[in-house]
Amino acid sequence: MKHLLSIEELTTTQLTSLLDLTDHMVEISGRPVPKVPALRGRTVASVFFEESTRTRLSFETAAKRLSAETMTFNVGTSSVNKGESLRDTIETLAAMGVDAFVVRHKSSGVPRMITEWTDASVINAGDGWHQHPTQALLDCHTITRSFGCGNDLSGRTVAIVGDVKHSRVARSNIRAFTMLGAEVVLVAPRTLLPPEFIDWPVRTADALDDVVGDIDVLYLLRMQRERMDAALVPSLGEYSARFGLTSQRARQLKHDALVLHPGPMNRGVEILVDPADLPGSRILEQVRTGVSARMSVLYTVLSGGSVPPTGGAE
Amino acid sequence: MKSFVLRGGTIVNPDGNTETDVVVRDGFVVAADQSHGDLPVIDATGCYISSGFVDLHTHLREPGKEEAETIETGSRAAARGGYTAVVAMPNTDPAQDAVHVVDFVRSRGERVGLCEVLPSGCITIGRMGQQLVPFAALAKAGVHLFTDDGNGVQDPLIMRRALEYAGELGVVLAQHCEVARLTEGAVMHEGACCSSLGLPGWPALAEELMLHRDIELVRLTGAPMHFLHLSTARSVEMVRQAKLEGLPITAEVTPHHLSLVDELLTSFDTVFKVNPPLRTRGDIEALKGGVLDGTIDAVATDHAPHSDHAKEQPLDAAPPGMLGLETALGVLNTSMTLSPRRIAEVLSWNPARIANVADRQGRPVVVGEPANLAVWDTTSALVVSRDHLVSKSRNTPYDGMTLRGRVRHTVFRGELVVKDGEALK
Repeated sequence: MKHLLSIEELTTTQLTSLLDLTDHMVEISGRPVPKVPALRGRTVASVFFEESTRTRLSFETAAKRLSAETMTFNVGTSSVNKGESLRDTIETLAAMGVDAFVVRHKSSGVPRMITEWTDASVINAGDGWHQHPTQALLDCHTITRSFGCGNDLSGRTVAIVGDVKHSRVARSNIRAFTMLGAEVVLVAPRTLLPPEFIDWPVRTADALDDVVGDIDVLYLLRMQRERMDAALVPSLGEYSARFGLTSQRARQLKHDALVLHPGPMNRGVEILVDPADLPGSRILEQVRTGVSARMSVLYTVLSGGSVPPTGGAE
Repeated sequence: MKSFVLRGGTIVNPDGNTETDVVVRDGFVVAADQSHGDLPVIDATGCYISSGFVDLHTHLREPGKEEAETIETGSRAAARGGYTAVVAMPNTDPAQDAVHVVDFVRSRGERVGLCEVLPSGCITIGRMGQQLVPFAALAKAGVHLFTDDGNGVQDPLIMRRALEYAGELGVVLAQHCEVARLTEGAVMHEGACCSSLGLPGWPALAEELMLHRDIELVRLTGAPMHFLHLSTARSVEMVRQAKLEGLPITAEVTPHHLSLVDELLTSFDTVFKVNPPLRTRGDIEALKGGVLDGTIDAVATDHAPHSDHAKEQPLDAAPPGMLGLETALGVLNTSMTLSPRRIAEVLSWNPARIANVADRQGRPVVVGEPANLAVWDTTSALVVSRDHLVSKSRNTPYDGMTLRGRVRHTVFRGELVVKDGEALK
């Protein structure tokens, strides 16, 4: 696997191998000195055309635990603001010697475009509304390991709630969850669903109350405040009333149901209870797993295989 | 070469096809006599000889965007595509909303001398949709088609007034149908594909709503109207009905809307970004039906050159548009089965009438007519290569594809300007 651009491009075997490799990375991350020399001498450049401090730090931490060199391209203070083209930026960085680009961009498809301009590996750290594959990996790992069900989610139902239309997280997760056998139900008003998705392996519900007592995983999406301006919802208050996780709805969840959120949370909008009070909350576990999942992706694309890294702590 | 014989071809005329020599001398098709035995012979074996093609929709980019195309390079691309006249779209910089700009475009075209360049005019100043252009002055300067192409005229009051005012001058308004409020940020057709790719969608409705409004405005005002690059099945049906009712409208489709589907965008290749966007197979079939039954009058290229660096941007930032002039016949003929007569109709005769140049373009190939000719076949295979185009830009969506049918020679005002597919000047 040279690049990771989209969950759509993975076979189920590739997905489960990455999840198994993540177990190994979790073990490494739990060591007193969480570092192995697996990618020593390799350079990972994070190129975030759209700022996302948490995702960038997660990738950079992952790279460092594998002993890779890291290079951070900060768009805010860079030549991009002087009108440099995307292609020139990538070719310039590539000329400094980069083995993998970790790319975040507000436009769908940019990581794929970049593969045309460099021989390095490209890892999609989120592109437009399209894909965020490492988020799906860390979510799958968090869910399957919480349930202790291996890599098998058959018989489990995941509700993805909120702004699916504009969500790269939803597009990646729908595919990943169903590859592992889960049933996915999208819970959103019509305005926040994609224009046409009849061939998606999902069913829909138009109120959280209709499904909240029957699901195994409640996956809340971030509701962006600007959606109101585009007449997608009448008000955030009405959104919360129909789709927010209130304490009343939290009480209706199955006793072992999990609650996930990709962050950053909009408290008072999609989540109206303190996650600390939710026994099923895995929100911080997602962040923790994120580093290990990204280690497994970096290792896989840069080592050309999925044989676990050998060698002890440095 | 100004005097020669085209030998071995079949003339395609409205009253039928004829296999005979075509003698060209001093700009005209002349009668064969003894003396033409001395003239150079241009081989047209296996080819059709028709009036030269007329493109209703060409972006020549000059003035303003000469890095993408110039009137010279665009005229050469046109000639290579079999065109002897092109309507130059007005979204130049400055826009073609004033007499001095259209005079410049026309005179540059004349100086280049590879095809007739017919400047269109804007409907509103700067294509801003607010203030009408001086229609009468522009009409006097020879402008016949007026359009804000690239933008639909959003304001129904402005569109009504434009039809009322321009209608009595004998000119024609051409609409780019797009309700802008429904396509904000859109990069591709709104449907299953944009939903999976996470790209903002351009709904068919945005075209159809404006088409519906303007058909009703034509009914109200009686002024004629031409509809540019229609792309949806419903649009074809609306035009069909309006024509049955006898309304004075005409319509065009592009070769790319007859041949390419929205799913090509799964590559995220910006060469496939175009406005209106590539649609579904169902739309393509309906557009073909319109070409076959006469609902669609003309196939027009919407030739839209863009430099590589402009297209090497993310999909939302890259400009829409693709090249069309050099591949139009091959794409049309490869996409659907049409008689040579229907090909000549949609590429030459009808657009010549719509552009109001039927006194010199789209003429029958008979003695005494001006020699604006295209010599083409519908059988030879040609692999498109972006590096072998004469346009200044390279943004063809057909790179590497094999097209059936090609333009072999082009004769403009009696001069052989393209021979065996290569531009001679």
